[in-house]
Amino acid sequence: MASGVKPRVKVPKSASAGDAITIKTLISHPMESGQRKDGDGNPIPRSIINRFTCEFNGQSVIDITLEPAISTNPYFEFEATVPEAGEFAFTWYDDDGSVYNDNKAITV
Amino acid sequence: MKNKALTAFAALAISAPMVFAGGADDDTLAIDGQEMISKAAAPAHMADTAVDTVISGWHFREDDTQAMQADTFDNPGMIAVDQAMDAWNTVEGSAEKSCATCHEGPESMTGVRAVYPKWNEEAGSVRTLAMQINDCRTNQMGADAYKYDSGPMAAMEALISVQSRGMPVNVAIDGPVAEVWEQGKELYYTRTGQLELSCANCHEDNYGNYIRADHLSQGQINGFPTYRLKNAKLNTVHGRFKGCVRDTRAETYSPGSAEFIALELYVASRGNGLSVEGPSVRN
Repeated sequence: MASGVKPRVKVPKSASAGDAITIKTLISHPMESGQRKDGDGNPIPRSIINRFTCEFNGQSVIDITLEPAISTNPYFEFEATVPEAGEFAFTWYDDDGSVYNDNKAITV
Repeated sequence: MKNKALTAFAALAISAPMVFAGGADDDTLAIDGQEMISKAAAPAHMADTAVDTVISGWHFREDDTQAMQADTFDNPGMIAVDQAMDAWNTVEGSAEKSCATCHEGPESMTGVRAVYPKWNEEAGSVRTLAMQINDCRTNQMGADAYKYDSGPMAAMEALISVQSRGMPVNVAIDGPVAEVWEQGKELYYTRTGQLELSCANCHEDNYGNYIRADHLSQGQINGFPTYRLKNAKLNTVHGRFKGCVRDTRAETYSPGSAEFIALELYVASRGNGLSVEGPSVRN
């Protein structure tokens, strides 16, 4: 169970229709790879964010599969075009079944 | 063809010193649009040194690293600030208090980072920010003290530093702290270790020059706690001191020791006039 997980997202508050905007996301997460061993030589179980998605008004913008090699606090920066006013929904899926959400509204 | 190659070579020769020089650049540091004082006239007590301008370590870093600090979202140190925000509101210890019980929001800490370390009348000694945090934890909250240079301590220092961001460092060096300040100054100029290096040898005599593949800064601590890309976590002032003394191949003082407290006071006073930047991003 990962503790202290906190998603952060930066989206401009408004944009012109059809414009490409830059979205930055970051989630604090240890991203334990499952390859490491603790002091007694026992493997530390894998605990990572395995999937990240971004949707705009229900339409998929980006869908990412994350692998164990990705380091702590995964950060994504991507561009999206905004056809109309609406809301971005960001979702992170943890190995332990937890789902973390964040939403950001944008006006045109 | 040959002519073209020569021209290209000449252009390279001219631009090369610019690219490879390790000195402070002329960029302006603005964090989320808020402009910082990253160069200032040296404080009066440095009149007998060769330093006439004090320069934030930010100027000695590459553009990419500089950009990371200029945007709080890109600054990985801000994650620790978020964590400390949670800790601020967490009730701990036998008194069942959190930081917020007495201090309300962290905004109440505005200006604090700029004047520490400072004299504490009650304790009759110089106190660093870390000592004050631990004093609160043990005496007010009845909680366990943080380890001096631990992650939670660095995070709490970062949260408190953010409240003073942009304010000029203004550490008092006279009055009751004068004795400790003198001790710190002496440590600054004392050569240690097998390499027989003092702080001043690198950070006063040679800032802007290379040390191996890296540039030497002035060793200012206005940006602490500092997120270092090298170890991907926040680093405290005393942790950095320890690393520097170790690199002279000496047995180091411990974080939180009287020597490092004195040195912190002296080094902080060398940055009087520079903005508080913490948490900064460095190599």
